Amino acid sequence: MMSKTFIRTVKNLERSQFEILRLRIMAFIFALVAGGLFIIMIGYNPVELYGTIISGAFRSKMAIQATIKIMIPLLMSSLGVTLAFKMKFWNIGAEGQIIMGAVFSSYFALFHSNLPHGLLLLIMFVAGFIGGGLWGLIPAIFKTRHNTNETLFTLMLNYIALHVISFLRDGPWKDPGSSGFPKIARFVTNAQLDKVFGIQFGWIIGIILVVIIFIYLRYTKQGYEINVVGESQSTARYAGMNVKKIILRTMILSGGICGLTGVIQSAGSDMTLAASVAGGVGFTAIIVAWLANLNPVGILLVSFLFSILEKGSSVMQSTYGLSTYSAAVLQGIILFFILGCEFFVRYKFVFGNKGGARS
Amino acid sequence: MIERNIENYAIELKGISKKFGSVVANNSIDLDIKYGEILALLGENGSGKTTLMNMLSGIYYPDGGTITVAGKDVTISSPNDAINLGIGMIHQHFKLVEAFNAVDNIVLGTKGKYQKPKVLKEKISEISNKFGLEIDSDKEVYNMSVSEKQTIEIMKVLYRGAKILILDEPTAVLTPQETEKLFRILRKMKEQGSAIIIITHKLNEVMEISDRVAILRKGNLIDTVKTCCTDENKLTELMVGRPVSLKIKRPETDNKKTILKVVDLSVVGEDGREALKNINFKLKRGEILGVAGIAGSGQKELCESIAGLMKIKHGAVLCNKENIIGKTPDEIIDLGISMSFVPEDRLGMGLVSSMGMVENVMLKSYKKNKGFFIDKNPARKLSEQLVKKLEIVTRNVDMPVRMMSGGNVQKVLLGREIESNPNVLITAYPVRGLDINSSYLIYDLLNEQKQKGVAVLFIGEDLDVLLEISDRIMVLCHGEVKGIVDAKNTTKEEIGLMMAGRSMEGADDDE
Repeated sequence: MMSKTFIRTVKNLERSQFEILRLRIMAFIFALVAGGLFIIMIGYNPVELYGTIISGAFRSKMAIQATIKIMIPLLMSSLGVTLAFKMKFWNIGAEGQIIMGAVFSSYFALFHSNLPHGLLLLIMFVAGFIGGGLWGLIPAIFKTRHNTNETLFTLMLNYIALHVISFLRDGPWKDPGSSGFPKIARFVTNAQLDKVFGIQFGWIIGIILVVIIFIYLRYTKQGYEINVVGESQSTARYAGMNVKKIILRTMILSGGICGLTGVIQSAGSDMTLAASVAGGVGFTAIIVAWLANLNPVGILLVSFLFSILEKGSSVMQSTYGLSTYSAAVLQGIILFFILGCEFFVRYKFVFGNKGGARS
Repeated sequence: MIERNIENYAIELKGISKKFGSVVANNSIDLDIKYGEILALLGENGSGKTTLMNMLSGIYYPDGGTITVAGKDVTISSPNDAINLGIGMIHQHFKLVEAFNAVDNIVLGTKGKYQKPKVLKEKISEISNKFGLEIDSDKEVYNMSVSEKQTIEIMKVLYRGAKILILDEPTAVLTPQETEKLFRILRKMKEQGSAIIIITHKLNEVMEISDRVAILRKGNLIDTVKTCCTDENKLTELMVGRPVSLKIKRPETDNKKTILKVVDLSVVGEDGREALKNINFKLKRGEILGVAGIAGSGQKELCESIAGLMKIKHGAVLCNKENIIGKTPDEIIDLGISMSFVPEDRLGMGLVSSMGMVENVMLKSYKKNKGFFIDKNPARKLSEQLVKKLEIVTRNVDMPVRMMSGGNVQKVLLGREIESNPNVLITAYPVRGLDINSSYLIYDLLNEQKQKGVAVLFIGEDLDVLLEISDRIMVLCHGEVKGIVDAKNTTKEEIGLMMAGRSMEGADDDE
């Protein structure tokens, strides 16, 4: 028998929960090892540096508060994009939706700040939801009417949103008290979110949202419709569902939740409307949502881990005087392994003349 | 024969095994075929026929066993290896470039120097003459009929010098006349010394064309018998594992009243061509109206336009004298018109593959309970009833339906439609790919509905089945109704001619 060695990938759908867990743990260990090699290369002790990451995220009350503060927008926007992703609507535009939410609510924070505190906050949240929802609705309208590509559409809207802030900052909303330096004024205390346990109350909203989205997707008619549309639009139509309406509605919700993220970030953390209000969170949210398998409870966990990494590495960076970039490289390495592991959860390699593929 | 002449054997398989995860698709199979022989591979769905042949054509790689081609042990690890060994497979779904003409499709992917079209054409016509194939070299594939496309597929493998041909259910898409033509070609190839393996589950064809029959059941080779020494009943018994009656019932019903009337219905299909042209027919309570036609003659469009899923160009569909054109699918479901279409991939429409039975069963009825939240309990109860009543094999009612076998999936689909107590039941290809047992269960279900007074529109593939179960048969060809005939007084040949485009006198009158 003539023989050849070859390597092929085989779709493997029958991994047990235990195997998957083992794979993930292995990926994590590999990530630490590879990251460790990098740390050794730049002349530090990996164990110490890793220790700093963990302790950096938890070493004091303030550190924990800072970690949670990083987590809030990540958690909320991940929940937002999850709604769209469940429907297989590739909403890459969380970034822009966050910004538009922040812009809409900032209008009230800046120009109607004398309203009663509770009412003002309520109006800001509603405005933020509308702003984000609108930014989510636009690509959905074009998708349902003209079948445009939502990935490109939502992506491009991010840049438009970003420049809307620049425009407001340099023009109509420029802080007159900033002596020529273009920036938007700091929100007055009345327009800032209150603190609960020393952290802005966005974290409570985040946790409530986890519960709401979980129930919404699993136990409501609308959640059921989202799932069916995501699986097959023709099936949904066949079952008598109004697919267009469902897409539009879901994108308002998805964008709206991202919009709320913008409110919480601007009025809770930045205390002003900065161009960096989203700061890439909308993109990281996509990774978080997928790593958690679009499960709201999983998103809570994954976004927490992400924030530890984020906060910890900033502490590591300042403690050891590392450049921002080396911390980013380390984060990249860890993410690479964690995401790469997903490939092995779904596929396996076959070496030599064994096994076979279901093509 | 005293000494076995090894050169005579085109293929010898010894102990071929193949597993997919924990499922044994092929279990230590020994099979051989000589040059100049036609071997039929018979077996129910999931018996491992296609898997076995896919290993010969290099799509899968066996877990164990040896393959010998023309006396030599070989390793077939890619379709290219298979072609180099002279093995060509003709798949159920054609793999042709629609925009290319016949010649381009035939030579596509072959190695060697560029040759002028004229030279290629000569080469092709030489092969065509040898085997009796009819090929119009300059015709583009999108202008071809299914049968012509199939001829191109056969030509493709012959052009590559294949001496061993594997055909996967080649007659499923052909009219009886086209099938005859194909068989003539196969016989000619056999005379020229080719080895031919034909996968099928149509018994009459097995009897007609093959020299030997190999029967597979649940991944095991049950027996190999000479065709001349067997008959259809024996083959069925071998295939199913016990004697089965092959008679389909056609119960008589009375009080047949027209419930659905289709008037001058025209529909433009997805490709912009007119998919249905001035269709007229009536559907009555308590009858099964069979619809025959070659694949793609407008069956899908007919279903979808009645179900409200397609835009209608003109015409009307009257349900109890109320025009349903312009109503949403939702409103049509409420009128009691239920459609179950089993597409080629079985799951495409009607079921959500990643959801369990419960969530699929409530697909059309979830809106009925009031409020914002969904109530899964009635669907759960119904699912459990269906599992019992229809003998659906599933681990539990929450297991994703994509993990069920095809037959069970179809039972879920049809079961749900029937449980909605429809007035009109449209069912397309409900037994597509099902084994004999499940098929008969489905026929019984349809007859039961008919006796309850439901009007059943049954779009089928197998003419024998249509002839037995239907009260009347409507034949579609290129989106036109070629005639509606009484199933008791027609013949397969007559329907075949209509499928190919000849018009007949109608039997669509009010009684």
